Amino acid sequence: MFTLRKVFWSVFVICCMVACSSSDDNPGGGNNGDGYNRGALLINMADNIIIPAFQDLDAKLEALKSSKNTFIAAPNQVNLGEVRTAWLEAYKVWQYVEMFNIGKAEAITYAFQMNVYPTSTQDIEANVASGSYDLEHPNNNDAVGFPALDYMLFGVDVDDAAILTKYADAKYATYLSDLVDQMKSLTSIVLSDWNTTYRDEFVNSTDNTATSALNKFTNDYVFYFEKGLRANKIGIPAGNFSATPLPEKVEGLYSDVYSKTLSLEALKAAEQLFQGEAYLTNAKGESFKTYLEFLKREDLVSTLNTRFVEADAKLQVLNDSFYDQVNTDNTKMTQAYDALQKIVVLLKVDMLQAFNISVDYVDADGD
Amino acid sequence: MISSIATYLNRQTSAAPLAVFRMFFGIMMCYGMIRFAYHGWIDTLYIQPKFHFSYFGFEWVKPLGNYTYLLFIICGLSSLMVAAGYKYRLAIITFFLSFTYIELMDKTTYLNHYYFISLLSFVMIFLPANAHFSIDNIKRGTSYENIPNWTIDAVKLLLGIVYFYAGLAKINSDWLFRAMPLKIWLPSKYDLPLIGNSLMHQDWFHFAMSWCGMLYDLAIPFLLLYKRTRLFAFVMVLFFHIFTRVLFPIGMFPFIMIVSTLIFFDSGLHKNIINAIKKVLGSITAKVGIHYKAYYTYKFRKPVIMLFTLFFTWQLLFPFRYVLYPGELFWTEEGFRFSWRVMLMEKMGIATFKIVDGETGDYFYVENSDFLTDFQEKQMSFQPDFILEYAHYLGNHFKGQGHQNIQVYVESFVALNGRLSQPYIDDKVDLYQQKESLKSKDWILPFNDEIKGL
Repeated sequence: MFTLRKVFWSVFVICCMVACSSSDDNPGGGNNGDGYNRGALLINMADNIIIPAFQDLDAKLEALKSSKNTFIAAPNQVNLGEVRTAWLEAYKVWQYVEMFNIGKAEAITYAFQMNVYPTSTQDIEANVASGSYDLEHPNNNDAVGFPALDYMLFGVDVDDAAILTKYADAKYATYLSDLVDQMKSLTSIVLSDWNTTYRDEFVNSTDNTATSALNKFTNDYVFYFEKGLRANKIGIPAGNFSATPLPEKVEGLYSDVYSKTLSLEALKAAEQLFQGEAYLTNAKGESFKTYLEFLKREDLVSTLNTRFVEADAKLQVLNDSFYDQVNTDNTKMTQAYDALQKIVVLLKVDMLQAFNISVDYVDADGD
Repeated sequence: MISSIATYLNRQTSAAPLAVFRMFFGIMMCYGMIRFAYHGWIDTLYIQPKFHFSYFGFEWVKPLGNYTYLLFIICGLSSLMVAAGYKYRLAIITFFLSFTYIELMDKTTYLNHYYFISLLSFVMIFLPANAHFSIDNIKRGTSYENIPNWTIDAVKLLLGIVYFYAGLAKINSDWLFRAMPLKIWLPSKYDLPLIGNSLMHQDWFHFAMSWCGMLYDLAIPFLLLYKRTRLFAFVMVLFFHIFTRVLFPIGMFPFIMIVSTLIFFDSGLHKNIINAIKKVLGSITAKVGIHYKAYYTYKFRKPVIMLFTLFFTWQLLFPFRYVLYPGELFWTEEGFRFSWRVMLMEKMGIATFKIVDGETGDYFYVENSDFLTDFQEKQMSFQPDFILEYAHYLGNHFKGQGHQNIQVYVESFVALNGRLSQPYIDDKVDLYQQKESLKSKDWILPFNDEIKGL
């Protein structure tokens, strides 16, 4: 049987040779050197996108804190305008960090304490009235963060004059103050964790396991795009998940005119992360995009690029107030939803397939 | 011809290989049940889900609530009885029924190797696996040295079909000429020591693995059959299965296959194994007086031979049923299961269901996580029969909630073997009006590419 063995190994060797020579036919591919440097991807994410965004948010919240203090000391129209502006600036930056639900942010349920909407005006009023509350308690998730400030600064009474009168009441001033201080303090905790220990842990956790930073980060990104962006900002108010539209569920309900601004920022943030563009400077680095290119999935990259542009265009045509948009012409909202859904498909199906990352939910054998 | 068949059927062989096979099989199955329970899978896969995906014709097979645990205990105990050869016939029938019932409860967990175990245990019902070295021998006071050769060949044939058909399925253009899906899977094993960053992303390695995998599957049954290549083949079996175990989350399967292939070896090896076990149990076995008989006699020899002829003919033909369906097999999956098509596809999808009021046109989308576990949602999103069954479940659910004129549509996209995702199910078809059957599903959209092969 010596001959059969010989035949088998000859076939084996020939196969290898055929395979080798065929790979030589593709000199353009980036596959010939070492494997893809996933550490570099995470370093670019951490150093150029995540940490700078948190730093900016921290600074914006510091500014919000100071204008809030001025406002409480002197609740007049000018100071109210200042707090509102500072709130909006911080809220825009928030759109760049909401997707980083990892590390400390995940441990302290940061996002749940920063941006759960619709906010519960009942809970807020109850807290204000009682004067004793634990803002960190899960029951208060819908009475804190940016949406609660949205109510406190824009919706706590019928018009500005009435709102200013409210703040003559120390209980309202205190609650406003506590909300802002709490947001600043939570953000500082998350930022300082990134600055001290978590950054190194993050960039070194490149394994392909369900719990590695790379996989969690990727899953979180896709999850955020699907839920935080597509569903919460557009789909739910447009009534895609309910029998009738629910315009009161828009982000920024009480300020009314900022929901489009916030959604555009969020889409921009998600796209910049995909492209690996540094926060503010827009310098390009390793990213999901370059990883896909390494895997020779230029087709997917170019399709995604097109879809991002299309989704942006669909958001651009919307009314500044999504509340008004839903009530006047909801079709445009559902069209925006459809455009975002196309990106969800590409991220969730094609990109995750290309990366073949271990998913954190399938807990059984395969075959 | 007839006389040579008769000669073959009369040929006798040592009973030791089948006895050893019986023991290892029982022990592995018992370990498999314990492992399943240990990981908490009974709860997560069979008790927690609100809804279970059924096989066509087996809709009545459902998990039994907390009694599901009892089912696993029965299955585990019967496999121990099989191993010991205690009330063997009763034990193997119980094992076959309980194991098959478990697998039929929810097709989300379908694995080819579970199907293999169901078939194998069915075959074993009719084999004299307790003829030698079993507790039944002690009880009856009789042990048999030899059994009909064809009984062992039946196990070999089943194993051979699994391998050979798995090899045939690999003869397709995606596997051989695009090295798919290994080209997706292997680079993601970059964190393996040594080979992770040196081999796993190499183009040539993907192709080498694909071709060798195909050749391995096709050749291994024959290499195991011939005495001169047997040891070499077994080394290959060891290497292949351990390597795939390192690379992929395939649980018990590699070990089951490694142990099963021992049946190809001569009885000398098996006698040594039995003697080694006897030494350990020495004091117990020595005291019992057993009458040793040379040949085992079948009570229902003719019916069993007839049954096996039909069974194996069916096994040889059934995997080819896909030719009766139009469209690309990998895409429609009509005739994909129960055909030894193992690790052939990287397929992912997303399916968003739309509940429409047929009169007013009002609609809303369904949040799948309200009804399915993540694992069920993943499996549902690229398999048409799952999508249809779930659509009916949703339709009934919302009807129960008082919704009127219900229509159920799905917007779905599927990506196959690294191709860009494309629409999967016709989103103009009201799935609530479609019935499950063995007929081709004309609401699956055509595949935009072609995969050539068997």
